[in-house]
Amino acid sequence: MLTTLHTRKGLQLGLGSVIGIVFGFLLQKGGATKYDVIIGQLLLSDFIVVKIMLSAMVMGMIGVYFFRGLGMAWLHSKPGSLGSTVVGGLIFGVGFGFLGYCPGTMAGAVGQGSLVALFGGIAGMLIGVGLFLGMYPKLERGIFNRGYFGELTLPQLLKVNPWWVIVPVAIGVTALLYWIDRSGL
Amino acid sequence: MLVLGVFIGAFLSAKLSGQFQGDWVPTKWAATFGETPFTRWIVTLIGGIVMGIGARWAGGCTSSHGISGTLQLNVGSWLAAMCFFIGGIATAMVIFKVFTR
Repeated sequence: MLTTLHTRKGLQLGLGSVIGIVFGFLLQKGGATKYDVIIGQLLLSDFIVVKIMLSAMVMGMIGVYFFRGLGMAWLHSKPGSLGSTVVGGLIFGVGFGFLGYCPGTMAGAVGQGSLVALFGGIAGMLIGVGLFLGMYPKLERGIFNRGYFGELTLPQLLKVNPWWVIVPVAIGVTALLYWIDRSGL
Repeated sequence: MLVLGVFIGAFLSAKLSGQFQGDWVPTKWAATFGETPFTRWIVTLIGGIVMGIGARWAGGCTSSHGISGTLQLNVGSWLAAMCFFIGGIATAMVIFKVFTR
């Protein structure tokens, strides 16, 4: 089902924009396109962002592995290394703290009317991506190879059937969400 | 197309709920650092540059690693998502708690 989709570019782009519209609509409804909400998360004063991310993650995890079991979907794992994933993640985090948006929610913030997200955030990201391109050849030969672990999923790492990971993670995350909600965060 | 969709979707949702509003300085920023658009713009620009580099460096963002990758139980994405929040929380705490008042 989903395999044939990837061969049809037009349909894929059309579907992409529809999914984008729904995603943007729901991000705005959830409050995640607002600076005040995201910075509240980073200052640990409200947990809306973590609630959205974790509930999406649990639903998606069960869904993807269910359809994968039926042979209707497969995983798109990205190879990683400590040098790229951890170092890049921390750099991203610093930007995240300054901005109070991440790339997706920033597009949503512009849609909601934030001019600073457009002329500051989006403009900055374009400059950042340009700078990265300049650094790329050096990084690719150096730091990106440090601590290379490639494409690796938790079930592969633990050498178990995926459901031995999915079920405990789903229960743990649900309990965590319940606890966050009960604590009034 | 997906990003354009996010923009359109958020616009529709904000418009329909009467929350669409053109603004430069968000409320929580103004409460601590004042109403000057220039300060917020400079910080946003720097944040955008750093985030752009970081997103390419780590090979993903809060949606692609943070949601899409973690739900596939990708080890790298779990690491990346943790680093996004470690970096983000530390930076936000520093700029809000240390540099003000």
